Amino acid sequence: MKKVIAREALCLDCKLCEVFCRTAHSKSKDVVRAHLYEDPAPVARITVEGDILDSVAVNCRHCDDPACVNACITGAMHKDPETGIVSCDESRCIGCMTCLAVCPVGCIKPGRTAVKCDLCQETGEPACVKNCPNRALVYVEVGGDAQ
Amino acid sequence: MLKREGEVRIPSGCAISAIIDRDGTRFSGADIIESIALMHDRSNGLGGGFAAYGIYPEHKEYYAFHIFYDDNDARVRTEEFLFRHFDIETFEQIPTRKVKSIRHAPLIWRYFGMVPQSKMRKNDYDADEYTARCVIRINNTITGAFVFSSGKNMGAFKAVGYPEDVGEYYMLDDYKAHTWTAHGRFPTNTPGWWGGAHPFTLLDWSIVHNGEISSYDANRRYVEQFGYKCNLQTDTEVITYLFDLLVRRQGLTLETAAKVLAAPEWDVIDRMPDEEREICTALRAVYSGALINGPFSILVGFKHGILALNDRLKLRSLIQAKKGSKTYFASEESAIRVICPDPEYIEAVDGGTPVFIPFAEVTD
Amino acid sequence: MQYMVPEFEVERNTSRCISCGACVRQCSYEVHYFDVDGKTVLADESKCVACHRCATICPTHAIKIKAYDMAYKPHANWTPVVQQEILKQAQTGGVLLSGMSNNKPYPIYWDRILLNASQVTNPSIDPLREPMEIRTYLGRKPKKLEFHKNGKLKTKLEPQIKLETPIMFSAMSFGSISFNAQKSLAMAARKLGTLFNTGEGGMHPGLREYSDCAVVQVASGRFGVYKDYLENCRFIEIKIGQGAKPGIGGHLPGEKVTVEVSNARMIPEGSDAISPAPHHDIYSIEDLRQLIWSLKEATQYKKPVAVKIAAVHNCSAIVSGVARAGADIVVMDGFRGGTGAAPTRIRDNVGIPIELALAAADQRLRDESIRGTVSLVAAGSFRNSADIVKAIALGADAVYVASAPLIAMGCHMCQQCQTGKCNWGIATQRPELVKRLNPEIMHERVVNLITAWNHEIKEMLGGMGLNSIDSLRGNRMMLRGIGLSDRELSILGIAHAGE
Repeated sequence: MKKVIAREALCLDCKLCEVFCRTAHSKSKDVVRAHLYEDPAPVARITVEGDILDSVAVNCRHCDDPACVNACITGAMHKDPETGIVSCDESRCIGCMTCLAVCPVGCIKPGRTAVKCDLCQETGEPACVKNCPNRALVYVEVGGDAQ
Repeated sequence: MLKREGEVRIPSGCAISAIIDRDGTRFSGADIIESIALMHDRSNGLGGGFAAYGIYPEHKEYYAFHIFYDDNDARVRTEEFLFRHFDIETFEQIPTRKVKSIRHAPLIWRYFGMVPQSKMRKNDYDADEYTARCVIRINNTITGAFVFSSGKNMGAFKAVGYPEDVGEYYMLDDYKAHTWTAHGRFPTNTPGWWGGAHPFTLLDWSIVHNGEISSYDANRRYVEQFGYKCNLQTDTEVITYLFDLLVRRQGLTLETAAKVLAAPEWDVIDRMPDEEREICTALRAVYSGALINGPFSILVGFKHGILALNDRLKLRSLIQAKKGSKTYFASEESAIRVICPDPEYIEAVDGGTPVFIPFAEVTD
Repeated sequence: MQYMVPEFEVERNTSRCISCGACVRQCSYEVHYFDVDGKTVLADESKCVACHRCATICPTHAIKIKAYDMAYKPHANWTPVVQQEILKQAQTGGVLLSGMSNNKPYPIYWDRILLNASQVTNPSIDPLREPMEIRTYLGRKPKKLEFHKNGKLKTKLEPQIKLETPIMFSAMSFGSISFNAQKSLAMAARKLGTLFNTGEGGMHPGLREYSDCAVVQVASGRFGVYKDYLENCRFIEIKIGQGAKPGIGGHLPGEKVTVEVSNARMIPEGSDAISPAPHHDIYSIEDLRQLIWSLKEATQYKKPVAVKIAAVHNCSAIVSGVARAGADIVVMDGFRGGTGAAPTRIRDNVGIPIELALAAADQRLRDESIRGTVSLVAAGSFRNSADIVKAIALGADAVYVASAPLIAMGCHMCQQCQTGKCNWGIATQRPELVKRLNPEIMHERVVNLITAWNHEIKEMLGGMGLNSIDSLRGNRMMLRGIGLSDRELSILGIAHAGE
């Protein structure tokens, strides 16, 4: 499947990926409104770790055998057998955050429900990749699962 | 005030035509006049001319100088120079006939001269080079004099007027040549100067040309590095110097010179076999200043034959035909058919592909 | 007390600022910072150099850099800039330094020259329909070619450099610019079929794979010059002078001499890299001749040798001398050429425009009948393809560009190269800044720029009725001056518009 790969040597710590992830998952899809006026505020599903010298953007790996899916008590968290994308069905999620506790890379964010990267399925290209000014994030075929 | 040729560059359109007898049989100028006359509309009465090879068999060892003089004073000064630098065998006014449309004629003289042995011993260059330098010197330094022909056993005849009138004026039906070329000129602005009519010649070189070369100044500045002076600012002048430089002075074959002037495109060169590619690349790299660009069709006459050459994009028309021992070239097919209605072969000359018709040993 | 007021003002549109902090983290000059609330972004404007990194990266376009609007009592002579420079020197006691190039409003002759186009008497040529050739060969050429009787080539040509475009990238050393910037140019050069130039900083091992499109420079400091360096290139360039700073050498401060720079230059880490003003083995033209032939000997006559000089008052005579000394390619660099650092007074006052220098040198070489034997490369500010077409029509074989590709890579002409804090990752060695310039992206942008210029050059050639750049070279009839004096026209060797 295609995954977002972070190339840490190219990461600038500008955090635009976070900004545009929030915007992409906002109601208005407008960068200013999403950040200043929306309530609840949209949550970034990607996080830049580190500092200006060494940084890297971390987001969901869409694991082959996802711990979050295995741990989910309601079956809200699921892996699409065709695309391989791990996502959370918000209508079934009760916000217990078991998934957050078991995620090995810390890529599930707390909220009313669990919030995580969905690879921007609606638009086809993840917003973080599209807006990275230095191509530190790339969306590439990495092989593996999609069962 | 309108500027004279040479003071300003004048773009021109033209008609050209040529007849060559490959067996070397000589024939009168009547046919070439008829051929060029058919393309009357391609010229505008501001220049016409002819070059004829094989016309002076009785003086074939002598350089034949055809000279225009504005006045007698120019003639006296030029003759003083000529007699000092050449052994002049004979000289005369070139016979002409009265033609209504040809006016303001200069004095027109011809001289048959040989380079004196004494001069040859002094100089480290050959008789051709010596003669070329003398011609360039007269044209540059003697006001009112212009040498418009200087080859052996050949001559140029030109004037301000339509080419058919020019032919009649010079009584070309009385001359017999094995090769004739003709030119009718359509300059865009000029008061008309006899020296500016074509063909342009130097030694045995004569060039008639139809087109306007866009590379003119690149070519001019290239040949001027080798001592030529482009006084007339015409394409024909610079093309003549390019041929003279490449073939006479540098010893390239006419075919190789054609590869320089209308060079194969890099795309074509890149696909050539190794050795040919190496040669063509070297030619283009070394002689890039001699590449002629823009529309042209030229007929180059020299010692050994006639070369027809079209620009590499084929932006000007040029037709070739054959019948019997004769080869014809003309800007328009009709100009060939009018004198040779049923040619055995007739075809457009390909762009950038030289066609060379060698002269036979003259038989009579 | 600071006697100077800031040059620029940072205007932040608070109704758009989302406090993402990108500006804070991206500004190497530390202009932007968070207030104690961790949300409000403030700016120390006195540090701003107007490089526009913050404004460019700001996701909401909330930042605008403006000139600091300070009223001075009007004075045509003692302008604010003049006063600021005095204040700077009064404070530091030092020579004023600047980056990039001469920023004074001297005449730009390119803008006073117009091109021709075909009408009626000869056709213009459509580059989309007909082949349009811009391939160029550099190197020493014989005056004539000789052939054997069997038609085989007898003349042995000296090595020639094939360029698929008459545009090359000028010398910028590793040290003055980052490895990533150099690598971007190298990658672009390979894709474009042209050459990049290592400058005088030696060759980083990471660029060795690009030696087939490299020019290596031998300058007065001889940094990084050894056998392998000379052998891994297309041609060798002896740098005598640079347009931005004729007559003086270079100084790369020790703090920029990182481990990598020290390895490439072969000097101790952290030591100042000083290029002397002259080559101390070249005090005369005959000394230059010896160096040219030593380099040829050292490379078994396989590499052409170029000599680069700054365009100065008598440069046409110097060019002729250099050509006769054995240089295969002569490079002239005009006074608008760029630099990583130069004393401001030198940058702004020494040398002459490349337009005049080029025209004079080309004519001089023709007068001496040696123009055809040597290649002439012009450098010193080509802003667009029209400048290049005009330079070739004046007589250049090819041109060097550097500022334009740097702009393509992000440079905003803030002229602070000498500080080493380049926010765009170009003129810096700081790893956190260097990584901002991703060669993968930047080489594409440079390729795009030159490809666009190539297209434009072909359009202009076609309009003039030419289908080969060979026929443009030295074709000054394609040029007309506008608003120039007779003297300027005669130096340029062109007629006035309307003539």
